[in-house]
Amino acid sequence: MIDFVGKKQWFFLISAIVMGVAIISLAAFKLQPGIDFSGGTSMTINFTPKVEQSESPQFQSQLRQEVTNFGHPEAIIQFQRESRDFFVRMKFISPEEVSELRDRLEANFQRDVEISVPLEMSPTIAAETARNAGIAVIIAAVAMLLYIVWAFRRMPKPFRWGTCAIIALIHNVLIVVGIFSILGQVANVEVDAMFITGLLAVVGYSINNTVVVFDRIRENMSKGISPDFAVTVNSSIIETLGRSLNTSLTTLCVILALFLFGGATIHHFILVLLIGLLAGTYSSLFIAGPLLVVWEKREWRQLFSWLPFVKKPAY
Amino acid sequence: MLIFILILFGFALWSIVPVNTKLLSPNGLMLGLDLKGGSQLLYKADLSKKDPSITDAEAMSSVIEKIQRRVNLYGTTEPTIQKQGADRILVQLPGVEDISEAISLIGKTALLDFREQKLDENGDPMLDDKGNWVFQDEPAKAEGRDGEERELTGEYLKHAHRDIDPYKGSVVVIEWDSEGGYLFEKITERNLYKPLAIFLDNEIISAPIVQSIIQAGTRGQIEGNFTMGEAENLAIQLNSGALDVPLTIIGQENVDPTLGADSIQKSKQAAIIGIILLLLFMLLYYRLPGLIACISLGIYGAFLLAIFNAFPITLTLSGIAGAILSLGMAVDANILIFERMKDELRGGRTLGAAVEAGFNRAWTAIRDSNITTFIACAILIWLGTSGTFHASMVSGFAITLFIGVALSMFTAIVITRTFLRLLVGSRLVTNLAAYGVIT
Repeated sequence: MIDFVGKKQWFFLISAIVMGVAIISLAAFKLQPGIDFSGGTSMTINFTPKVEQSESPQFQSQLRQEVTNFGHPEAIIQFQRESRDFFVRMKFISPEEVSELRDRLEANFQRDVEISVPLEMSPTIAAETARNAGIAVIIAAVAMLLYIVWAFRRMPKPFRWGTCAIIALIHNVLIVVGIFSILGQVANVEVDAMFITGLLAVVGYSINNTVVVFDRIRENMSKGISPDFAVTVNSSIIETLGRSLNTSLTTLCVILALFLFGGATIHHFILVLLIGLLAGTYSSLFIAGPLLVVWEKREWRQLFSWLPFVKKPAY
Repeated sequence: MLIFILILFGFALWSIVPVNTKLLSPNGLMLGLDLKGGSQLLYKADLSKKDPSITDAEAMSSVIEKIQRRVNLYGTTEPTIQKQGADRILVQLPGVEDISEAISLIGKTALLDFREQKLDENGDPMLDDKGNWVFQDEPAKAEGRDGEERELTGEYLKHAHRDIDPYKGSVVVIEWDSEGGYLFEKITERNLYKPLAIFLDNEIISAPIVQSIIQAGTRGQIEGNFTMGEAENLAIQLNSGALDVPLTIIGQENVDPTLGADSIQKSKQAAIIGIILLLLFMLLYYRLPGLIACISLGIYGAFLLAIFNAFPITLTLSGIAGAILSLGMAVDANILIFERMKDELRGGRTLGAAVEAGFNRAWTAIRDSNITTFIACAILIWLGTSGTFHASMVSGFAITLFIGVALSMFTAIVITRTFLRLLVGSRLVTNLAAYGVIT
């Protein structure tokens, strides 16, 4: 029998490194908020006749000048090669101001100008969206914690079970968020409202997974298969291994297919699910259960004692 | 039990495969704006400017009703207009791509009134720096039939429509009700051969010279260098009545229908590939029970679509995400059961006993994991009613996930079990290898 629980420090170490990277990246780069969360106006400016590739740099700099004169030096302006129009993102402006801008551009560029606004959001609404999303995740996590505590009430110290499940959940969410903060830095990937929906799915998935493993530990505890809690947890993990891997594989089939062949509009969203699925499978097997063992056996301090920098006593 | 399942299944099939496979078409599943394209606008009402004699809620419902009328007159198909929170209104216009016109149509207060010329102390018309006439700040008033002074506003309009004037181009022809006609007659009488300004939302539209006293009940016309569309919009706004409070736009989102359609097409194919892989995996790994799982997942899919079809659930991208996750959980329930069954078979139990034990043992895991999901969903649905733009997205996810998970419990516990019992009871296949156990 493979001793997963015995190798727990390795699993913890891997997770600690990944989470550390995620936290550092979050602290350094933060997340690239989309208009959903930062507020603002995005627009496509289309000139008729179309702007030629060769004249695009000149147009771009003149457009930058115009937009700055309009009172928006913060605007991001990009020339889109395929559609030969300009994508502009700036602080929130009203529809009246959009048409005012359009009139100005028409006058100064001597071309017909069409502006379409795919998304705009006032900063108050954006802040509210972000806040509500945060509240939703926190309340949901607390409610699930309470249910797990209740469902495992016959176990000694049920609160620990709930806490470990929530730690596994935070682990998964953190990894997803961390990866997106790196992606935001290197590939300008923005987080939008769909990202939040994806995170909610990750939350649901990781709790589901952890509960299945915990359920087996609970069953084996009441059967009394071993006086050693570590052995009980280890055999529970091994017994549920088949289920965990198969469920993950089947879900992976669908998500991977959607990631590889699905439409562009859901690409980032599916990526959230994909990372969450992998992290969720890992944490339900190698983090949640072993963490329970550590807590049960009060091994916190020994856990990382072999690391040179943890040598000094905790207090 | 089998008969019960078959009846349900037949019912589900009947409801999703109607006469000419309208599934996924406009008349089949209701698709959200993010899937079929269109625009949504979020307005904030300035309730501080309302008439103090009515409550906030009354002002809001009156505004919503008038917006509804405007949108209907504009001719959009299946618009939705919802109140969000205390002072917000969400307007969804499916299929409308260029919404700049729609924005000005919906959001304008459209308060119509007439103003008389301002005169200086000598009784001559006052002029501003540019040499234009200056008009009063207050709407023109006249004594009504009952002798009381009243402002003549759009309130007294009976009807307005766009027309073409041979000399002035597009104009809006207005027709007063009897009181309005009476007031208008008095005002035109007083201002004969003088300019009378037409104001809309406190902005001057035009200031024609009154050429004749307009008799009660007859028509007047509003000129102002309108394009045909502008005249049409103004007529719509006047007919629907002025909004009780001014609105400002605080959010808008436009999804290009073609982009949405392309993305859906690809995603649909991808989902089909993924599901086929999933079913293949189940079949190869779990063999006979895998086949049963495939059948019960098929029934699960039919039920899910039937529910989406039967209830007013608008399917959005996030809703589909919820459905995918619930599919994963449905598969998971089957896997949990089969793994348990295999354990029991390896332990030497008979087929029948293993099936029963497999279900009983797997039940606690399925129950607890799904209840935690239910709890999370319930909270998200509850929070999803708050008034932000994307709240509907979160609740859309939670609703489909909730339904999907409830259904997945049903398919695993009732349908898969019934089929497995039947199969085992029939003693058609007793070779354990068919159940994925190598002895």
